[in-house]
Amino acid sequence: MSAAAPAEAGLFDCRDSFAATIESLAEQDARIVTVVSDSVGSSKLAGFRKKWPERMVNVGIAEQTLVAVGAGLANGGKVPFVSAASCFITGRAMEQVKADIAYSNVNVKLIGQSSGVAYGELGPTHHSIEDMAWLRLFNNLTLIVPADPWQTEQAIRAAAVMDGPVFVRISRMPVPALARKHARFEIGKAETLMEGNDAAIIANGTMVHRAVAAARALAVEGISARVINMATVNPLDEAAILAAAETGAIVTVEEHSVRGGLGGAVAEIVTANTPVPMRIMGFPGFVPTGSAAWLMEHFGLTETGIADAVRQTIARK
Amino acid sequence: MLSTAPVQTTLPNDLARIVRDKALWIRRRSFQMVYEAQLGHPGGDFSSADILAALYFGVLRFDPTKPGDPGRDRFVMSKGHCTGAFYAVLAAAGYFPEAELTTYMEPQSRLNGHPNRNYLPGVETNTGPLGHGLPVATGIAIAGQMDGADFRTFVLTGDGELQEGSNWEAALTAGHRKLENLTVIIDRNRLQQGARTEETASLDPLDDKWRAFGWHVETIDGHDPDQLLAMLSASPKGRGKPLCVIANTIKGKGVSFMHDNVDWHHGVPNKEQYEQAMAELV
Repeated sequence: MSAAAPAEAGLFDCRDSFAATIESLAEQDARIVTVVSDSVGSSKLAGFRKKWPERMVNVGIAEQTLVAVGAGLANGGKVPFVSAASCFITGRAMEQVKADIAYSNVNVKLIGQSSGVAYGELGPTHHSIEDMAWLRLFNNLTLIVPADPWQTEQAIRAAAVMDGPVFVRISRMPVPALARKHARFEIGKAETLMEGNDAAIIANGTMVHRAVAAARALAVEGISARVINMATVNPLDEAAILAAAETGAIVTVEEHSVRGGLGGAVAEIVTANTPVPMRIMGFPGFVPTGSAAWLMEHFGLTETGIADAVRQTIARK
Repeated sequence: MLSTAPVQTTLPNDLARIVRDKALWIRRRSFQMVYEAQLGHPGGDFSSADILAALYFGVLRFDPTKPGDPGRDRFVMSKGHCTGAFYAVLAAAGYFPEAELTTYMEPQSRLNGHPNRNYLPGVETNTGPLGHGLPVATGIAIAGQMDGADFRTFVLTGDGELQEGSNWEAALTAGHRKLENLTVIIDRNRLQQGARTEETASLDPLDDKWRAFGWHVETIDGHDPDQLLAMLSASPKGRGKPLCVIANTIKGKGVSFMHDNVDWHHGVPNKEQYEQAMAELV
């Protein structure tokens, strides 16, 4: 398997937050069930299974049925959390996500685990850098990419009480807990982590803490960069994007392909309203095998790379 | 308390007659829909008409005024292209006015080419792409099993549709979980869009395949109301396995020039063909 998260102090695996939250919710709501495809361990749901074995459906290595069974359970009055590797729950079962979940508009919560390049060494078959692009095509599918353990918990709680299809994209890469002044999460609302007027960095997932680090480095040079955590990709916070455009330069950063993901979504809003220079940071497409850390470094998805991109984009104003 | 179809108080012999009459009506009405829309899948509408009539007028427990009632029996139309027959039977069962059938496939109609649960009451899940119905029905049956509920879940698939691997994923899960509340009915007309199933990607021995996946299998004449009613209305309790009913049928059943003719998978009639078919469907 891929390199597990090193046990670094102050870093968190958001899957732990998912697992703890789902157990907490299941205590209170008997309708909550989990559905897995031999993915109990990778979803960190062993604790759930121990407490409620009768409320977990393991369909085996069968992602199409995994997603469809979720739709059926919702029809039967359950609130299913369907969890598997993001690369397979999307790509392997894309038509089920489309027809059985999104188009049928059912109350199913899909959890894409180990997204992005978390399985870096396993190669592009196991990378999930297409999922945001695929999923944001479905207009009614709420798509959330939380940035840290706190936001993961909030996203899972919000998904549980919302009536409708939701996809939560979770990494297994260690991330720090972000510092927040106002700890509040609302689906569809972007979170401004740093104020700034020279440029705006819009990021989500594992890239947010790197965007914060880049903005801090830029601040030392006197460049004031706004940092926006765009955890909800659908529905998108258009007001926050339009306000970001007022800075005159936007850099988006995602652990995803540059084709059709967060950057594409932001660009659609910006170009239709107030075009400004933009830079979309991410992976170019299929990438070489290598650890997630190496891939991030290699493709410039680092504090230094983001700061460079901001400087270059400001220069294009 | 759910109301049941009005036929429940009739005698069994009358029930078979009612099913036969309803199936004839479904064929006539669906063919009219296809003729007027100049779109549709009449061959499969006709092969499945008796199965649908038996389900809605002799087997399923439902109240069309409460389509979301948690205790209802579920029916999933996996062969979602056969909307002519499906919409006709839903209208006949009281889910929406029969007059609405004239809007079939028109702009803004609720009766689009493949069924949508968000527009139309009585549709449990959106189908059209093949191999979706059984996996979703399996999930519904699991929910019922978890709750110890007594509703049953039925799914109608085409036979060519079984070439989609998703069915066999679900068959594994349903067999493994011993979902006796789940019944799949296979409209075994032996024709798919382009040719015979056995010439395309053969399915036989189809019964052995299902048995190997842990299902109880029965083969019946899918045009015989007595066999359909007996097989589908028998209590599943104690069987300990999901039920697979292989219903041998004929594509285009009831009209001489459509009978077992692959051209009528999604063929549409001209005026002469329409009139001849209506003259034969009596």
